Amino acid sequence: MSPTTWGWLVLLFPLIGTVTIGVGFKRWGRAAGVIGTVAIALSFVAAVGALLSLLGRPEGGREVTSSLWNYASSAGVDAKLQILVDPISIFMILVVTGVSTLIHLYSTAYMRSDRGYARYFAYLNFFVLSMLILVLGGNFIMLTVGWAFVGAASYLLISFWYRRNTATSAGIKAFVINVLGDVGIVLGTFFIFRHTHTVSYLGSFKAAPHVFHTDSPDLVAGCLLFLVGAFAKSAQLPLHTWLADAMEGPTPVSSLIHAATMVTAGVYLIVRLHPFFQLAPTAAEVGAIVGCATLLVAGTIALVVTDLKRVIAYSTMSQIGYMIMGASGGAYSAALFHLMTHAFFKALLFMAAGSIIGAMAGDQSLDRMHGFRKAMPFTFACFLIGGLALSGIPPFAGWFSKDDIIAYLNNRGGIWEVFGILGYVGALLTGLYTFRMIFRAFFGDPSPEAVELEHGHIAHAEVPRNPMTGEEEDTDVGFPGPEHVIAEREWAMKVAMGALAALAVVGGFLQIPGVDHVIENFLSPALAGAPLAAASHEPSTSTAWIGLIIGAVIGLVGITLAYSVYVARPGTSARLQRRLPAVHNFLIHKWYFDELIDFVVVRPALTIGRFSQDVLDRIVVTGGVTGGVTAAVRSGGAAVRRAQTGFLRYYAGALIFGLTIVVLYFLISST
Amino acid sequence: MTLGWYLAVSAIIFCIGVGGVLVRRNPLVILLCLELMLNAGNLALVTFARMHGGEAGQIFALIVMVVAACEVTVGLGLIVAISRRNLPVDVDKLHELNG
Repeated sequence: MSPTTWGWLVLLFPLIGTVTIGVGFKRWGRAAGVIGTVAIALSFVAAVGALLSLLGRPEGGREVTSSLWNYASSAGVDAKLQILVDPISIFMILVVTGVSTLIHLYSTAYMRSDRGYARYFAYLNFFVLSMLILVLGGNFIMLTVGWAFVGAASYLLISFWYRRNTATSAGIKAFVINVLGDVGIVLGTFFIFRHTHTVSYLGSFKAAPHVFHTDSPDLVAGCLLFLVGAFAKSAQLPLHTWLADAMEGPTPVSSLIHAATMVTAGVYLIVRLHPFFQLAPTAAEVGAIVGCATLLVAGTIALVVTDLKRVIAYSTMSQIGYMIMGASGGAYSAALFHLMTHAFFKALLFMAAGSIIGAMAGDQSLDRMHGFRKAMPFTFACFLIGGLALSGIPPFAGWFSKDDIIAYLNNRGGIWEVFGILGYVGALLTGLYTFRMIFRAFFGDPSPEAVELEHGHIAHAEVPRNPMTGEEEDTDVGFPGPEHVIAEREWAMKVAMGALAALAVVGGFLQIPGVDHVIENFLSPALAGAPLAAASHEPSTSTAWIGLIIGAVIGLVGITLAYSVYVARPGTSARLQRRLPAVHNFLIHKWYFDELIDFVVVRPALTIGRFSQDVLDRIVVTGGVTGGVTAAVRSGGAAVRRAQTGFLRYYAGALIFGLTIVVLYFLISST
Repeated sequence: MTLGWYLAVSAIIFCIGVGGVLVRRNPLVILLCLELMLNAGNLALVTFARMHGGEAGQIFALIVMVVAACEVTVGLGLIVAISRRNLPVDVDKLHELNG
């Protein structure tokens, strides 16, 4: 079969899964999980089929498009239901379907007692379908459709426990910010379409060098608008505030959507549109600056947040900052490489976090988690592997991929070297906050829940409570289920976490400087036209290794710092907190971004809204327009009403009078 | 031309009909006056047909007679309905449809 046939199959299976589970959600019960998992697994198989079939083609012919039908093809618009199968999209669908399959498997156990079990899998399959449309789409129309679908799926899953107020408001926040990104994508498309007269990727890439010169204003504007979309979806400054709140969703959702796949869509977008960004270096630099700023800001916030899932969420933003920085700087294959390894270890970290949260009976606060090392050896091992990979410790996956980006940036020189060095600062922060989590949750004296677990019993709260507000909750539909699950007792969770842990260990070996370049070689046909991806910009083997060693040392320094603060001398963090209250306050309020957005956007919008309601709506519209029209009609009617006397002879007289006038007019005008 | 006199007669009959419709209050008489107007029209049609030497006017006159027959049926039906309900047989007193 051709690669595109496989590509359509990749889309077909999640679609079937969504519809089947969604339509028969009352009938399926437990089977919904199996249907959902199998659908995504088949999709993964089809993705592998597409990979093999694409590798069977010569290097020049590895960009294949296929369209099922035209939405519209008039007046120069060529909107088609079209997919583009090339190394970039194959890479993305492999990561998305692969990680999704494992997370579906994990969810079958994790969500078992939830009353919305079938609904959950319908949403999750819908999310995978949307994400696959996003990465497989062959034109900007499909991109926009996928982009918006993904936002909607994210909203549905964040607000999955819809009777929790915190969850629904977090869902709304995420949706609003994501729609802002959708608007950016649509407007950016118009800027490109105006000049290239086509919405297909390949057509507009081919036309771009002829219609744009370097840094043409329209191209820069278009790229900046695309970046707005990328920042909103990938939680980059200043549109990042939704991601931490998105942790209100079930943990596997955080793992799949808000760590492994959806939030990396921005990176995919920049890599996909690299021909534009190469022609618009100004826009690319903006992207890199924002990525770098997010890397540092999110890293510092992660140092003080005490909610386990939110620490990992800030870590996600920070790691995506690396990818955005790398992709903007031209390290396309390195950025995608880091995207892949990050998907492995971040999904793993979230799964392990879900297991601990299960053992803590739903509590997510790091302040109350201690000493789970003995009670949960499997979870501890997985968390440790994920943490080491995240901190970039050899030989785990994150080490190769993160330092690949930094080495590229350092090698490019100029301003990019600054970004590279700041990347090392980020690496220090990464090691520090990652092991802060590990040392606090797994080391020290066992907390009561850990002790209970060591005696073979999972802790259950007296009454289920919302971990954010402490409100008492039900376990009925729209709330988390009554049962708590941990990886140690569930084979499905064990298999999923074990597979990801293995991938987090060996995933980095795909691309070792001087040894093998699997990902770079695989992606090179798609990046053939990009001068920044040429060999001259790649760091030499020795520089790359020096970078790797520096990165490893910095990661180890971060871990040592965390060890000395949280294990060797406990209480240091409290002392620091007392010594520097201003800094701690600043960080614990997340750099006051929520307050800033509230002040700059929300309040003015509210003021304008109130003004519209009180003045425009009430006085101008209700009083002036609506009132004026009705008054005119009413008085007109009252005037005409008098003519209706009810006397037949009066009507006949009027009729004859009118007739006479008409006849006279024609008689006079004819002579 | 002598045909002009036919038209004059037609106009006079039409005006008598109009005057009757406007002045009289008995619906039966109004109906009769309407018939006068219609027949005045017929006379004019036939005259014009003679003037131009075609048949169209005469055929029109026939059709007008058919329509007049229908109209009389409806009108008489209304008058019968009015007298059955013991309403006054006077158009000026039947003015409930005023605005």
